[in-house]
Amino acid sequence: MKTQKNVSAHFNNFPKPLLGDWCIILLSLGLIVISFATLWSHQPAATLRIRAGNAVLGEYSLMQTKTLTVAGKLGKSVIEIQQGKVRFKHSPCHNQYCVHQGWLSHANQTAICIPNQISIELTGAKAAFDTLNY
Amino acid sequence: MPQLHFQTTDEDHRIAKLTAFAIGLHLIESAFPSPLPGVKPGVANIVVLYVLQRYGIQAAVWVSLLRVFASSLLLGQFLTPTFLLSLSGAVLSLVALTIAVRLPKRYFSVITLSILAAFAHIAGQLILVRLLLIPHGSVMVLVPVFALAALFFGVVNGLITAKLLDK
Repeated sequence: MKTQKNVSAHFNNFPKPLLGDWCIILLSLGLIVISFATLWSHQPAATLRIRAGNAVLGEYSLMQTKTLTVAGKLGKSVIEIQQGKVRFKHSPCHNQYCVHQGWLSHANQTAICIPNQISIELTGAKAAFDTLNY
Repeated sequence: MPQLHFQTTDEDHRIAKLTAFAIGLHLIESAFPSPLPGVKPGVANIVVLYVLQRYGIQAAVWVSLLRVFASSLLLGQFLTPTFLLSLSGAVLSLVALTIAVRLPKRYFSVITLSILAAFAHIAGQLILVRLLLIPHGSVMVLVPVFALAALFFGVVNGLITAKLLDK
């Protein structure tokens, strides 16, 4: 019993956050929730950006079926676009991580082939409206 | 052989002692594996916060930066990316603390300082990662996870520091 009393006294003495501390905690929790919602959203991707090294090679719509061949540091990477999704089909790199990553279809998804210095990056539809009424 | 004599003040001794505490805590922490790379409690910051509240920002800057240099030397990480991450985090959190100590003490305790320092720490590290190590926008996907960890450990470290200052 005595130890229990001591423990509870110990916890009563424990410092409590002040009003401003609570504000900071709640504010940062809110910001974290917002950042999860914006950065981890799974909105479908609309466009594809291909980079070689630091240079952007081009932006393509995902709403098509097309096979692109891009020259990288080691050789030619083949990128396949198929109606809303994209993948590395072939790559000259030795580890083939980019190919094994498979199809990408969500906004902000990326696949990077470091040996060949080619990256593909998906961006969401930047539509300003869900619906339009007249 | 010429004798070197350093004039040391009591303050130097105090800073050395407190830095040794911070280094010790950092070394113990680095022995434990982390569930997610980059997510660490940062217990050495408890010492920095304690020093800040007891002896002011100048002493806190000394303890924080000496801790970064000395523990990286001890762990064999001096001038490696790990060291640079540690340094950028420490510098940005000291900047945040310099500003945050001006908040009214009536409403904001050391818990706020701890949270803001933890956020600044992770911000400094992520900025460095984005600029030097992984120059790609995909790094930003990790921001919410690191921010959540920073908030949690910021609150815990802040409570511990408040308890230590209470005595």
